Amino acid sequence: MAEISTPPTQHRLSRAGLAALLALGAIAVACVVLPLGAAGTPEAPALPIAVWVDVAMNWIVRDASLFGIAFSDLTRALATAAQWPIEVMQKVLAEGWVSGAGFNKRQVLPPASWLGVTLAASLLAWRLAGLRLGLFAAMSGIYLATFGLWTSAMMTLSSVLFCVLASLSLGLVLGIRAHRSPGIEPAVRAVMNIMQTVPTFSYLLPTLLLFGYGPSAALFATVAYAMPPMVHATVIALQSVPSDTLDLARMTGCSRRQTLWKVELPVAMPRLAIGLNQVVMMTLNMVIIASMIGAGGLGYDVLRALRRLDFGAAFEAGMAIVVLAVLLDRLTQALARQQSAGNGRGRAQRTWVVGLALILVPSVLSLFVPALALWPEAWTLSVAAPLNDAVSYINQQFYDPLEAIRTTVLLYVMNPIRDALQLLPWPLVIAATALGGWRLGGGRTAATVVVLGLFIVVTGYWSAAMGSLYLTLLSVILALAIGFPFGIWVAGRTRLQAGVQLFLDTLQTLPTLVYLLPAVMLFRNGDFSALIAILSYAVAPAVRYGIDGMLHVPSERIEAAAMSGCSRWQTFRHVRLPGALPTLLLGVNQTVMMALSMLVIAALVGTRELGQNVFTALSQGMAGPGIVAGLCVAALALIIDTILKAAAARATQSEGNSHV
Amino acid sequence: MYKKTLTAFTITALAFGTAAAAFEAESDQPIKLMQADWTSSLVDTEILNIILSTYGYTVEKVIADDSARYPGFENGDLTIALETWQTTQDKAFNASVATGKVLDMGELGPKAREDWWYPSYMEELCPGLPDWTALKSCAEAFSAPETAPKGRYLGAPVSWGGHDEERIEALGLPFEVVHAGTDAAMFAELRSAYERKAPILLWVYKPHWAPSVYDGKFVEFPAYEEACYTDPAWGLNKDKAFDCGKPQGWIKKMAWAEGEKIWPCAYDITRKFTMDGDEVGKLVYEVDVNGRTVEDVAMEWAKANEAKWREWATCAAN
Repeated sequence: MAEISTPPTQHRLSRAGLAALLALGAIAVACVVLPLGAAGTPEAPALPIAVWVDVAMNWIVRDASLFGIAFSDLTRALATAAQWPIEVMQKVLAEGWVSGAGFNKRQVLPPASWLGVTLAASLLAWRLAGLRLGLFAAMSGIYLATFGLWTSAMMTLSSVLFCVLASLSLGLVLGIRAHRSPGIEPAVRAVMNIMQTVPTFSYLLPTLLLFGYGPSAALFATVAYAMPPMVHATVIALQSVPSDTLDLARMTGCSRRQTLWKVELPVAMPRLAIGLNQVVMMTLNMVIIASMIGAGGLGYDVLRALRRLDFGAAFEAGMAIVVLAVLLDRLTQALARQQSAGNGRGRAQRTWVVGLALILVPSVLSLFVPALALWPEAWTLSVAAPLNDAVSYINQQFYDPLEAIRTTVLLYVMNPIRDALQLLPWPLVIAATALGGWRLGGGRTAATVVVLGLFIVVTGYWSAAMGSLYLTLLSVILALAIGFPFGIWVAGRTRLQAGVQLFLDTLQTLPTLVYLLPAVMLFRNGDFSALIAILSYAVAPAVRYGIDGMLHVPSERIEAAAMSGCSRWQTFRHVRLPGALPTLLLGVNQTVMMALSMLVIAALVGTRELGQNVFTALSQGMAGPGIVAGLCVAALALIIDTILKAAAARATQSEGNSHV
Repeated sequence: MYKKTLTAFTITALAFGTAAAAFEAESDQPIKLMQADWTSSLVDTEILNIILSTYGYTVEKVIADDSARYPGFENGDLTIALETWQTTQDKAFNASVATGKVLDMGELGPKAREDWWYPSYMEELCPGLPDWTALKSCAEAFSAPETAPKGRYLGAPVSWGGHDEERIEALGLPFEVVHAGTDAAMFAELRSAYERKAPILLWVYKPHWAPSVYDGKFVEFPAYEEACYTDPAWGLNKDKAFDCGKPQGWIKKMAWAEGEKIWPCAYDITRKFTMDGDEVGKLVYEVDVNGRTVEDVAMEWAKANEAKWREWATCAAN
């Protein structure tokens, strides 16, 4: 706040700016004098929005109908339809054909053999992306089988594959529509932004009511979470298709459909692939939350292991999720590359035939050799015991120095910042932020800030929102301080990049809970553990955009700098860094978004902020407060997003001015 | 695996040979057993699954959240749950039963207990425990830097309730409540402290594996009575309620009301289904501490207690 209210350079301080500053000062004085903002935060909601939402939710679930069919019947039917392909896949991959249950359970046909599926996946990976990925696929399969994770992994894979396909196709369709009719594009973007920033926990309850308990509700929650990036990516990708390419298509007489499928999509493929990557990552990110509402599989294994504090077993199951994420991501990326390159089909057909044979032969053999159907329990490997011992060892040997660090940070950094934010009167915070927004992006930005800020005030979540803001700000600052320098350093070292990418993928898909609970052992319940959890998740985009920003500075500028005799440091300071600035700002934005999306998870170690409100509302079965607190998280996210976007636009502008 | 299938065959054959031959399930519609995420419920739900499917019912297990289960039971997404704990679910359960869409199926058997708990080695640092008055003089032994000189009490997740803040005030205890975010996070801290023999005072509940693995005791507060929570005049502090320990409560079975008409016999079996508290504790220990699978442990119980559960199923016997 402070740097916004200090006057910038003299010539920029227009009359309007001066007036705004004066107004801000007046508000500050008023806050102190009037009882309105003296306490800093309004106590109770001014409007019972949460109650209204509850009523509306109940009406939709119980009474709403379309053409005489109850709305919830429609959604239930949809759920059943979506469930069907997943069940078929689960039968093929994980369960086999079973009749009866409990005492009467009988395996009629075994599932596809682990050996067969592994071989076929390796073949596919090899054909699509080369020997390295082929080997990786083989190793993954062996890991899943020998560690006794195969059945769970196949359960998860079945629903994940379906979710990825659903998010991909829905995202494409929505993105294409939004691109074609620019009128609806802002609306679509706004809805997608909200969908992405409202924590999943806050709409879990309505999802359960509408789609029923079990995997189908998990499915819809996952798609709602993973689809927005695909929509964004599609719109941006289609916009980036050069207009002369489209002119060419028109001149050669392509129909609209032909233009889309034969010209636009293939040209846009590399950018679409980025969206696909996000879909895959976010879908697997949801595995844990999905298993909380009945999806089973690896997420459930993780939860079960953590419940008995078996960190080792949780880590093993968590790594299985990572392995699936990386494999799926690399495969789909390779597929996208091949589509855009338009490779021949003849060889692909042969691959399919061989692949099918690879699955079928061991599966048939597994009827006679049970070890091929399921890796024998007696031969199962595990590193859980040594991992658990390691956690205990660290706990016993290093607790005291760690405790000293925790106490210092908590008492001298975190608590003061938290208390300060809680004390600031809300009119002042909103006015100062709006002023900053106005300077960066004009009246519209300022208006957005005010409206969203007032929403938080009116719903009565201001105090909680400040709690969220303090955790988010601290973790974002730390994430950027670590992530950007590291990313910039890695950008110059091509050989390190594949390894770093793998590490970042692991950070983003290894379920946070897996390392959150060992962190609790060392740092206790409370804000410090939450900070670590948020930081470890939000550092990934900071590193990614650090790398990306550095790599995409046009090489001619760097050459020009070298020719004019700049030292390395000068090149970095005056050419690379300004060139990378727009990307870095986007990185700040993404880091903030990731940090905010972790708030709900951080609530699991006992924070007191919006995430906790959402989580508590869920566990008490109250849809209204959950949704409204979730919307407050979204409002916070959108305020920060608007301001950063305005800043990025300005940075790009001045960048363009000074260099073109 | 194959051996298991074979045993299942034998038992099926037995079942068909004796009782179930004459019995046919009232409906093919799947009975959806709620599967919660704590171990005791996993084991007893699997046992019920074994019993019901032996008599030819179609059974599905549906994973559902402890507190978020009620809408599911009210509209038939869930049919039967074996564990509803009074200590945490009292209000929500009664409200749900009051809608008329959910049935109270009676008590499962084990009694739930939850309260302040400490590891036994703390008795050296705070003589006089387990009596609660000892806490007044040795709060510092339980303190952390950010709560000192007050003691630090690690409470359950906020959503569990429990009135610990009120209890501290009513009893004049020099303590501060720090809430864990989740069950697992709470026991992670217990494990951390126990390994280092460090001070800790926290919320523990049972049946759970922790009190059987870690040596410790519940703090003995003045015993709970309903008046303690509602009437300030009750108890030591004449001006404040909650000057007592927590209720030690039932664990009840619940079911979707309309299912009574669809599967009357299955509902009858469920009503008769009871378990012994110590027995449940042992089953939980087998799974959580000895690391055996829920299915194995449940099947072992079903085999050892076949006479018992066949008796519950008299409606299916003829």
